Amino acid sequence: MQEPLISVKNLRKFFNVGNGNKLKAVDGISFDIFHGETFGLVGESGCGKSTAGRTLTRLYDATEGEVIFNGKNIFNLSRHDMADVRKNLQMIFQDPYASLNPRMTVADIVAEPLEIHRVYKSEKEKNARVVELLELVGLNEEHAMRFPHEFSGGQRQRVGIARALALNPKFIVCDEPISALDVSIQAQVVNLLKELQDKLGLTYLFIAHDLSMVRYISDRVGVMYLGHMMELAESEELYDNPLHPYTKALLSAIPIPNPDIQRNKKRIMLDGDVPSPINPKEGCRFVDRCSYAIDKCRQVTPIFQEQEPGHYAACHRIGEI
Amino acid sequence: MNKILEINNLAVSFKTFFGEVEAVRDISFYVGKQETVAIVGESGCGKSVTANSIMQLLPMPPAYFKAGEIKFDGENLITKTEKEMQKVRGNRISMIFQDPMTSLNPTMKIGQQIIEGLINHQGLSREEAKKRAIEALELVSVPQPEKRIEQYPHEFSGGMRQRVMIALAMVSNPQLLIADEPTTALDVTVQAQILDLMKDIQEKLGMSIILITHDLGVVADMSDRVVVMYAGQIVEQGLTDEIFKNTSHPYTKKLLASVPSLDMNKDEALLSIDGTPPDLYIPPKGCAFYDRCDYAMKICKDHMPQFTEHSSTHISRCWLNHPMSKDAKGSEV
Repeated sequence: MQEPLISVKNLRKFFNVGNGNKLKAVDGISFDIFHGETFGLVGESGCGKSTAGRTLTRLYDATEGEVIFNGKNIFNLSRHDMADVRKNLQMIFQDPYASLNPRMTVADIVAEPLEIHRVYKSEKEKNARVVELLELVGLNEEHAMRFPHEFSGGQRQRVGIARALALNPKFIVCDEPISALDVSIQAQVVNLLKELQDKLGLTYLFIAHDLSMVRYISDRVGVMYLGHMMELAESEELYDNPLHPYTKALLSAIPIPNPDIQRNKKRIMLDGDVPSPINPKEGCRFVDRCSYAIDKCRQVTPIFQEQEPGHYAACHRIGEI
Repeated sequence: MNKILEINNLAVSFKTFFGEVEAVRDISFYVGKQETVAIVGESGCGKSVTANSIMQLLPMPPAYFKAGEIKFDGENLITKTEKEMQKVRGNRISMIFQDPMTSLNPTMKIGQQIIEGLINHQGLSREEAKKRAIEALELVSVPQPEKRIEQYPHEFSGGMRQRVMIALAMVSNPQLLIADEPTTALDVTVQAQILDLMKDIQEKLGMSIILITHDLGVVADMSDRVVVMYAGQIVEQGLTDEIFKNTSHPYTKKLLASVPSLDMNKDEALLSIDGTPPDLYIPPKGCAFYDRCDYAMKICKDHMPQFTEHSSTHISRCWLNHPMSKDAKGSEV
C-alpha cells in the first residue's frame, strides 16, 4: 500500500465544560488518508466529526494524539513551521454565508491567504492569480470586485473553494460543504470538487451527514459515533456490507428517492437519541441504542480493528450478528 | 375523493421597496381527506409562502393576496377575519416548523405551552388541559410525560423537541397538518423516528398532511401525491409513483437526477442544474425554467406553457408536451 498523506493516531480532543466535567468530542480515533483520495467522515450531529476535522488541521489544540503529515507530527511544530504546513492544509466550511467576510470583496477574500503567506511580490502577479483561481471554480473576473451578498449560495461556496485553493494545498478538509445548499446546487458544487481533485491532485477529508452524497464522493468512509470511530471501509464495501450495528441502522434510515424501494424497505429503528458526550461511560458508546448489546459491551470498550482486509470496525459481536 | 383543502388560482405578492415580488403565481391544487401531499422545490420557489398563506401567517403588508381562493372544508379562508381565522389556526389546521428550537418558547415550560392552546381554543379547565397535554406527549412517545411537562425546551434533545411540536399540533385534533420541513434539522436516525411517528398518528387520527420538503427521499417515503413548484408556479403534479416513474417536466427530471442514488456508479458526474432560479421581481414572461432547461425552445422564452393532462391525476406545464414539439422530444434521452 502507498504511503499515507496524513496519518491520524489516537487523536483526542476534550473540552472542559466546568466543574471538572469533560466533553469528550473526539476520543481516540486513528485513520490514514492516502494521496489523491477522498476520505468521507459521517455521523450524526454531536458525534465529533467536525471537531476531528478541525483538530487534525490544528485549528483546535489536540488533547492527545498525533497527526503525521510529511513525516512530522504537526502538533509539535513551531509556529513558524506550522505556517508552512498550513499552506498545504486548507478548509472549506459549511455555511458560505458565515465563512466569508461580508465587508470584503471577493478579490480580497481570495487574495487574503496569498497576502498572509506573502506568496507574490507584486500586486499584478497576485491579481492575476486571483483571476486564475476564480476561473478555476467557474466564476470570472467580473465577480472579483463584488461582495459576498451579491452571490447565491452556490456561488458563495465557489468563492470559499477558490480561497481554499489559493495556496495550492495538498489536502482540504471539507466540513459539510454542501449542507446549506439546495439539492440542484449541491450537485454543482460536488461536481466541481471532483473536477478539481482530478485536475490538481487534491486529497479531501469530506465531512457530511448526507450519507448518499458521501458514498458518491468518497473512496473510503469512516463512521463516527460519540467521539469513537465505529467502522471504516471502502465506500462500496461499507454501504453493501456494513458490519457495525450502528452503521446498519444509519444506512437503513436513509430515505431513498424511489417509492417502490422506500415503501418495502425494512428500517432498523433506533430508539432514543445520541447520549451526552460529557463524561461518557466505559464500554461501547452505542450500547444504549444497540439491540445486540450484551453485558460485555457495557464493561469493555471494543477495540477498533481490522475485521476483513481494509474493513475496520469496533464491535464485540461482529461475526455473531 | 373528499377534499379537505382546495386552492384555486392563488397568487401572493410582496410589496417591497424595490417593487413587487410575485412569490406565488397562480397555483391550484387540493388535498384529500387522510391524504399526504408533498410540496417540493428549491428555496425561494414559494412552497413556504403557500403554507403560510393557508395559515394566514404572512405579514400583511408587505404580503397580499392578489387573486384566488383557499377553500378549507368548503369555506374560503382568505375572506375570513383575523378573529375567525384564530378559530381555524392551531385548531382545525396545525403547523409544525423546521426548527423546533426557535418555534418553542424558551422561557415557558413545555406543559404550559400545550395547555395554553387548549384553554384558549377548546375552553378546557386547567386540570383537563393538563391531562390532555400528558396524553398528547404520550401519543408522540415522549417518555415520562408527567415529569417532562414541567421542563423547559432546552432540556429536550432536537428529536424530542420536534415530538413536542407534533404533540402541540396534534392536541386539538386538526383536520389538516402542515409540516414545513419537519425533519430537515434532524439526524437521519431521528428523522426516521419522526416520519414513522407522523404516519402513525395520521392513521390513528385520520388527518391530512401537507408536507413541505426538499428531500426527495422523504417524499417517496411519506406522500400520496406530489406538487413540484418552481419560481412560484406549479410545474408538475401527480401521484407519487407518477412523479418518480413517469416524470414529465424537465425540472422534475433534473431534480431527481441531482440526488445520488445508493447504487450509482461513482464515475458518473452528478446531473447538476446550472444557473439559479429567476428573480421574482420581474418574473419571466415565458417558462420560468427556460434559462436552465436543456430542451428549451424558442417558444419557451416568451410564451407560458399551459398544463397538459397525462392522466386524471398527473399534469405538467411544459411546451415539450405540445404535439408540435415531437422533434425536440425525440432528441431527449
